[in-house]
Amino acid sequence: MQNKDKRSLLGIELLPTEDIVSILRLSRRFQRSRPKPLFKDKRIALLFYEASTRTRISFEFAAKVLGATTTLVHASASSIEKGESLLDTGYTITALGADVIIIRHPSSGAPHVLAKHVQIPVINAGDGMHEHPSQALLDAYTIQQRKKKLDGLRVAIVGDIFHSRVARSEVLLLSRFGCRICLCGPPELAPEVATTLAPGVTVTRNIGEALRGADVVMVLRIQKERLASLQLNVDEYIANFQLTAERLRMAKRDVILMHPGPIIRGMELSGDLADMPQSTILDQVHNGVAVRMAILARALGIKI
Amino acid sequence: MKTAQNSLLIRGGTVIDPAGKVEGQFDVLIADGLVAEVAPRGKVKGKAADSIDARNLIVAPGFVDLHVHLREPGQTHKETIASGTAAAAAGGFTSVCAMPNTSPVNDSVEITAWMQQAERGAVVNVFPVAAATIGSAGEKLADYAALRKAGAVAFTDDGRPVLNDSVMREALVQSARIGVPLIQHAEDTRLTTGGQMNTGATAFRLGLRGLPPEAESKIVERDVELAKATMAHLHVAHVSTAGALKAIRRGKKDRLRVTCEVTPHHFTLLDEEVRDYDTRFKMNPPLRSGADREAIWAALADGAIDAIATDHAPHALHEKQVEFDRAPFGLIGLETALALAITVLHRRKEIPLRRIVELLSSNPARIVNLRGRGTLAVGSIADVVLFDPRARWTYDARQTRSRSRNTPFDGWQLYGRIVATIVGGRIVHRA
Repeated sequence: MQNKDKRSLLGIELLPTEDIVSILRLSRRFQRSRPKPLFKDKRIALLFYEASTRTRISFEFAAKVLGATTTLVHASASSIEKGESLLDTGYTITALGADVIIIRHPSSGAPHVLAKHVQIPVINAGDGMHEHPSQALLDAYTIQQRKKKLDGLRVAIVGDIFHSRVARSEVLLLSRFGCRICLCGPPELAPEVATTLAPGVTVTRNIGEALRGADVVMVLRIQKERLASLQLNVDEYIANFQLTAERLRMAKRDVILMHPGPIIRGMELSGDLADMPQSTILDQVHNGVAVRMAILARALGIKI
Repeated sequence: MKTAQNSLLIRGGTVIDPAGKVEGQFDVLIADGLVAEVAPRGKVKGKAADSIDARNLIVAPGFVDLHVHLREPGQTHKETIASGTAAAAAGGFTSVCAMPNTSPVNDSVEITAWMQQAERGAVVNVFPVAAATIGSAGEKLADYAALRKAGAVAFTDDGRPVLNDSVMREALVQSARIGVPLIQHAEDTRLTTGGQMNTGATAFRLGLRGLPPEAESKIVERDVELAKATMAHLHVAHVSTAGALKAIRRGKKDRLRVTCEVTPHHFTLLDEEVRDYDTRFKMNPPLRSGADREAIWAALADGAIDAIATDHAPHALHEKQVEFDRAPFGLIGLETALALAITVLHRRKEIPLRRIVELLSSNPARIVNLRGRGTLAVGSIADVVLFDPRARWTYDARQTRSRSRNTPFDGWQLYGRIVATIVGGRIVHRA
């Protein structure tokens, strides 16, 4: 059996580029072929310390369609609420015979701590402000679907970068393929330090500058739950950074508009923008299932 | 001449006693708990019941740690006074200053006295540092005069810094009145909400909230101003930033009574070494940038930093093996302090051994006014450390005398090994 560390998916940072390519290739095969019970007799635990709609259902469908048994452990309805530690919960799930743990957690690095101690692969379904690797992979898949390539694209990411695990994974993944990435937002949400994340990353306060010539525009939600002591002037944010149909015209004619969801209409993007033909928001959600099938197949060591 | 009952001759070593301005090949005779004679090799007149061969060793006044968390009373699963002082002895420390953030907080004469009772089983001298304010709540001052009488050598609210200007001013006034230092953990906690490590590229990449360097330097700047206004002795705990050092240098230049300490981990490690969410690297103040460490090295060399203190902060394994943002701050440090000083400061930065002894012994003893300690002058208390600066060894945290083993230095190859620790003329540790 392959080493479990190589089958875990903790973040894009630790994922070799050839693995990114093979996951995307595998995702295409899953999306095109009829599902077979490849994961029969496999037990997959979804350990969720934080709310989720898309990611949870997507992983669950991916697992179940291919025949796995899944169980959802939610922090508020388990022994976690009684004070059981992350590691003890992990040991318990392993002892119950799980083959993989999918974890979502409000603390950055929680999946890494878990993976260091349990003997089964761990998949990061979003950890704090750190990474959300399956989202970045399904976004890369969606971009490839629309643009027929990843290499050398111009990508604008607008909104709350600082608190966003999606942004970090996105930047780390796309920069591997030579994309030029422009981050845009107010200093509190798009700090200069973000340019240190990967080569080819710039930061601007001017949304026009970010959008001009962009092949891909990605909009991120303002994460009210993570703002902590930060005071954000909503009107000012909307005036300067909200993506509108008019602003989107500054990008390339064949630009695609992406958003990892949940979207707050009228906040980070104008009310009707999500429904325009440039929008890939629902494609992203749809593609997520096939991409997560590929991630799970890799974790379970199943070849197709 | 008669042989003193409790006597010990330290033969053939190299004495380094910066306070006594002695450095060279000397024998040291200890009798009845005091330094009886210091004489050139073979020239000691008195007779000794026992002797130690100190050839190839440095003989120095025992180390004084200004910043130790012994966790007792209240958190004996992390450490006890007995286990913490055993670790201190193994690290060459003959005196430790015990921080007041015990449970309950040491803001009383009773706890201060209790900590010094023989029943606690201390192996080295324990000098309590009492809370600056009642319950370390930052509001009402503790009774400094009574606490001083009970044995407190300084006051601090350590991890809960005094932010209120007028409370801080009053704390300085009161400590100046009885002639002891006020120790401040400089952190503007209004700027560090949710902070897990130094603000910067590594924190951003790991998605961890930062403790910005300004949170430290701003408080030090304010405190230096207050020290000027009150003429009190301000001691800045575990300085970690170039900005704070700048303010301290200004204070010293103005001839204020401002002193400070630095920890071995801050002169050794950088924030970029916080990889993989390893909570052994989580401490407060956090590991800082390369520029901060450069400033620390310069200040250690030129005297702007007065002392090395460990901030020994034991935590149980199960408390540390958790999500990074849920783990407590701190690491143990008593057993590795000298070796890190020699490995990093002496061997790499070429800081002379005399200066290292100053930083570990004579200066900290003077900062908290430990009379008769921090020197090997005849008549002083026989707190002595013998170490081999050239010995190479590997630190194994499983072998620690502490109850906890939260250290990032586990498995490190280090230079400089403690050979013997003597407290009041009695050998309390022998390698």
